[in-house]
Amino acid sequence: MLKRFLSLQWKSMIRSSSFRTEIWFKILMVFGALYFIAVFLSLGFGSYFIIEKLDMGDPFRVVNRFMIYYLGFDMVFRYMLQKMPVTNIKPLLYLPVKKNQVVRFSLFKTVVSFFNWSHAFFFIPFTIILITKDYDLVGALAWHLGMMGLIYSNNMLNVLVNNRDWAFYIMASLFAGAALVQYYQIFDITVYTQTFFDLLYDQPVWAAVPWAVLIILYLSSFYYFKSRMYLDGGLAVKQKEAKTENLDWLNRYGYLGTFLKNDIKLIRRNKRSKTSVITSFFFLFYGLLFFTGAVEMYDNAFWKIFAGIFVTGGFLFTFGQYVPSWDSSYYPLMMSQNIKYRDYLNSKWYLIIIATLISTVLSTFYIYFGWEAYAAVLAGAMYNLGINSYLVLLGGAYVKSPIDLTSNKKAFGDKQAFNAKTMLLTIPKMFLPMLIYWGGSMINEPAGYLAVAAVGVLGFVFKNPTFRLIERIYKKEKYKTLLAYKENA
Amino acid sequence: MIKATNLSKTYGPHKVLHLDLLEIPKGESFGLVGNNGAGKTTFFSLLLDLVQPTTGNILNKDIQVDKSEAWKPHTAAFIDESFLIGYLTPEEYFYFIGELRGRSKEQVDRHLAQYEDFFHGEILGQKKYLRDLSKGNQKKAGIVASFIGDPEVIILDEPFANLDPTTQIRLKGIIKELASRQGVTVLVSSHDLSHVTEVCERIVVLEKGQIVKDIQTSPATLRELEAFFGKVEE
Repeated sequence: MLKRFLSLQWKSMIRSSSFRTEIWFKILMVFGALYFIAVFLSLGFGSYFIIEKLDMGDPFRVVNRFMIYYLGFDMVFRYMLQKMPVTNIKPLLYLPVKKNQVVRFSLFKTVVSFFNWSHAFFFIPFTIILITKDYDLVGALAWHLGMMGLIYSNNMLNVLVNNRDWAFYIMASLFAGAALVQYYQIFDITVYTQTFFDLLYDQPVWAAVPWAVLIILYLSSFYYFKSRMYLDGGLAVKQKEAKTENLDWLNRYGYLGTFLKNDIKLIRRNKRSKTSVITSFFFLFYGLLFFTGAVEMYDNAFWKIFAGIFVTGGFLFTFGQYVPSWDSSYYPLMMSQNIKYRDYLNSKWYLIIIATLISTVLSTFYIYFGWEAYAAVLAGAMYNLGINSYLVLLGGAYVKSPIDLTSNKKAFGDKQAFNAKTMLLTIPKMFLPMLIYWGGSMINEPAGYLAVAAVGVLGFVFKNPTFRLIERIYKKEKYKTLLAYKENA
Repeated sequence: MIKATNLSKTYGPHKVLHLDLLEIPKGESFGLVGNNGAGKTTFFSLLLDLVQPTTGNILNKDIQVDKSEAWKPHTAAFIDESFLIGYLTPEEYFYFIGELRGRSKEQVDRHLAQYEDFFHGEILGQKKYLRDLSKGNQKKAGIVASFIGDPEVIILDEPFANLDPTTQIRLKGIIKELASRQGVTVLVSSHDLSHVTEVCERIVVLEKGQIVKDIQTSPATLRELEAFFGKVEE
């Protein structure tokens, strides 16, 4: 049976039309994965020696101290990026296949995910180094196994939580709260959690605890999904009572208002788009890594420009990137209704501009970190407004994967809020401004920031010709886009 | 009103549509029938510039549809669910279409009031998004939306499918009423021969992408069509 499931899975991957067209995406993703593997490996081999050199105490205990945050970050990344297994269950329901098998297979698929085995690149070298450094062999192995159990517990927890936003937000706020009180030295959670991680080593029997937790989590997700394998249960599309909000004040903007009203509803009423906007809010704080000097490598002007782009461009990257896919489910309507392409694109452009302006205002707090930080944010904002706003629209003409807005259509839910592809597409939009800054900074630092901002302003000046170009490309791609949306929907 | 010349569409080796000449005069109620794969939906998609013709062109009120967008203001269509915006309530959807066609809320409300019977109390004021309505009710909303803003050309693909018997009968009444208005051209496709013969003044039969029959509807038409489809082989 497993063999048959695997062959179904294989066919669904090979035969999806996105597989062929997006192969270069996959190559990029492989590079992304390789990057993370390299990071993990260097952490695995290096962290022991780095901690030793910094003289923070017994490296093993230090790692244990911060392990809770490692696991916490793992959870956050999983929730945002890990794809949930989608087994096409409905056609199997009335066939002579045991429900247990279907559920087991779906859960099994999560086990082999990159998000699980990538950790091995940290834990295996780290454990080996522990052993070579005369740590107790049994203890080190028990610790290793215990950590494995915890990683997989995270995996199962994610499967369970994935259907419930509230659970994630509770966990995320607990996690952020713990970090905050620790930062202000009110309460240090790591003291307590460290005891537990140490225990795995000191008394190897304790390594059984994570595995017991894992088994409990596995069984609960197993029964959770099994009990919901009915058309009116977990497989049903959830319905919410419709709420209408009054957005009539937008009417005064004519066509633009009509579209903006629609886009606001789109964002508010669909899970997928809502998560995108929430994610873009978190982008605001990304700059903290760069401007506080928290990461030494980032502590230079190049990376500050990079941060400026990111901080103000959250919405641009998480939402703008996907135009016109947000409208994929009713694209034929948009194309045959009394709509000019230009009006349509213009409204999306305004939406991006408004959101970028809001982000810029919200990120005023970076002024606290000095004029340089704020200059970088402003320069980044100008570049986003003037150049990147076009670039995302331009890129959108070629992104032909439809978006399933409701996304709880599928049984186990394809819940990823933004996927790795989006992140990779943003790379070209980030390096050009860094290059421009480099050019300007030949004179001096302010000139570098001014150069980036000036290029942004220039983009504004050339709005009309740029829009004509984008419009032409959209028109050219229209038929292909319609076809792709139809095929993949 | 509509004129297709030397129009063809090819997918790989398959020619799915080939029309040497098809003219639909203004004000005609035009029915398109044919088996699956005969090219009905392809023709409508070409007419709405949703697919590109391999050869030839379509003029809609003397505007070549794949060259200019000027046909959009006077043309409306409901082909399938991809013409609905799932996350809107039916009212919001109607208003949205209304705004695109320069109709105020009040005008749209007045328009909707005519179709109270047709909606059968299942569309308006339901506190449901379009995506949560049943297939039949979605179709009702889509069809009525295509009437908003007094379009001169209305295209309906399989409007009778998925509707309950009562609604089918009411829809026939509505289409007849529309067609009787001055200057409204209605294009309807259907698998149901009796419905089209009842509603349309002229019926064109497509078979493998070609026009095989072009009939002005008369009392004998239904029998003629049944005889034709009864002996189609392969």
